[in-house]
Amino acid sequence: MKIKKSPVQRFYRIALLAGAGVMIFPFFWMASSSLKDEAEAFATPPTLIPKAANLDNYRRVLEFLDIKQLFMNSLTVSISVTFLQILTASMAGYAFARLQFRGKNFFFLTYMITMMIPMQVIIVPLFIEMKYLGLIDSLVGLGLPMIASAFGTFFMRQAMAAIPKEIEEAALIDGAGHFRIFFKIAIPLTIPALSALSILAFMSVWNAFLWPLIVIFSPEKMTLPLGLANLHGQYATDWPLVMAGTTLSVIPIAVVYLLLQKRITQSFLTAGLKG
Amino acid sequence: MTVVSTRRNFTAYFFLAPSYIPLVAFLILPMFAAVLLSFTEWDLLTPPQWIGFENFTELFKDKKFYSALGNTLYFIAGYLPIVYILGLAAALALNSKFRGSGWIRAAYFLPVITSWVIVALLWKWILNPQGGLVNSGLAVFGITGPGWWTSTTWAMPSVILASAWKDLGYVMLILLAGLQAIPPEYKEAAAIDGASNWQILRKITIPLLTPSTFFVIVVSLINNFQVFDQIWLMTEGGPEGSTSVILYNIVSNSFDYGRMGYASAMSMALFVIILAITLIQLRLQKRWVHYED
Repeated sequence: MKIKKSPVQRFYRIALLAGAGVMIFPFFWMASSSLKDEAEAFATPPTLIPKAANLDNYRRVLEFLDIKQLFMNSLTVSISVTFLQILTASMAGYAFARLQFRGKNFFFLTYMITMMIPMQVIIVPLFIEMKYLGLIDSLVGLGLPMIASAFGTFFMRQAMAAIPKEIEEAALIDGAGHFRIFFKIAIPLTIPALSALSILAFMSVWNAFLWPLIVIFSPEKMTLPLGLANLHGQYATDWPLVMAGTTLSVIPIAVVYLLLQKRITQSFLTAGLKG
Repeated sequence: MTVVSTRRNFTAYFFLAPSYIPLVAFLILPMFAAVLLSFTEWDLLTPPQWIGFENFTELFKDKKFYSALGNTLYFIAGYLPIVYILGLAAALALNSKFRGSGWIRAAYFLPVITSWVIVALLWKWILNPQGGLVNSGLAVFGITGPGWWTSTTWAMPSVILASAWKDLGYVMLILLAGLQAIPPEYKEAAAIDGASNWQILRKITIPLLTPSTFFVIVVSLINNFQVFDQIWLMTEGGPEGSTSVILYNIVSNSFDYGRMGYASAMSMALFVIILAITLIQLRLQKRWVHYED
């Protein structure tokens, strides 16, 4: 059955499409600018498609910035923090969902409180703490404060609480301990929640700006966002060069997003609605 | 019996420790430290001095703090209506699935997953006073565009525009999920009774969407009071402090002026403001948020 579209509906669709154009166009403009020489980039009227497209800015940006190093730093921190965060969160989530123990309410309350502490309150003392620990200007110092997440713990607790009691009881009767149950039953049964949490954790570390800005100084330890911000600071007026840098760093994100589109939006949604 | 329960406790603590220890070390401990720091003067070089409530009395008189607070409110007043109205419009148009709707949704969502550095630099270039897309485009029509992020009048609207562009997709996604949770029978029944589309929107859709609206407002306000990345990258709080927000003040006080104690006092004040606003919203929600049971 085909329902005929009303003119109002048609208008909405067109407006929606125009909106999508507004959302995408800046990305197109970024790529277009990155292929222009300086004269054309600043020309009036602006040219949408570069007349003399060339990769000169890319060659230069690779000279100014060690993009490979920045990328590897971002990747190293994001992957290790994500791995540790889902491990620590699912372990604590398992304890809260499946175990009875002394002080459970006290511990639960501590996790709740940490969720309410905003980053800006702790940023100064955290910096001082890292300084005393000798972890300033290191990737360890950058990642360490993010390896545990109360939000992740609650998220995993919800997922682990949904595992049927019978499965756990059968395993206990077979003589399995809680460690075996955790790794052989709880983890495999909560893969969807784990993958949603991984996506969120990875993205928040990958895009983190304030904490890296404070804790990292050396160019060789910078993450991608810091390197790009630095590029802008040093060569403020060389916009085509800056656009080449941002285009290079947006490409992997856009590719991953298009591949995992449904999963990624779904993770944002579950986090939003439960958080 | 006691042996069993001791072992059981031990197992649980073993599971908790890997997250509990870092949370205490890197969140709870700094939180207490921040409270203590706010009563001191400390430049990190010489030992901290206990100065009682001096930081707070200074804060209440600090014109820069009030102007940062005012700028934050200005940001919110501009940002929130834009993302909500446009987000709702996009969500309504996307509510029925059609060919290509997935791609359109992806287009709206792409800025959400892009890092702030990329978004801020991109918009700074688009709004560049000389040779930026907007001003070059205006020049074609003989209009001289303003200096955008270099003008005290236009710097904040520039930041708001970039922020709204980045977050629109997220707001749309939350509202879309809210719309899809509304049972279609309600709208069908109203349509049979002869209600117009506009009446259905106003009397059924929007009231039933209030839980999602509430969520968007609470989360946006919490985040907006902590606006930082885009300000640091686009305007550095300027020109003439016209975009200086609270978190920007905190960071520049601690890391540029070496005033750790004063910055901590400021962060305490910001924390109290966020907490108060969140609590007020939770109280007020009974008046306007409709929960279905």
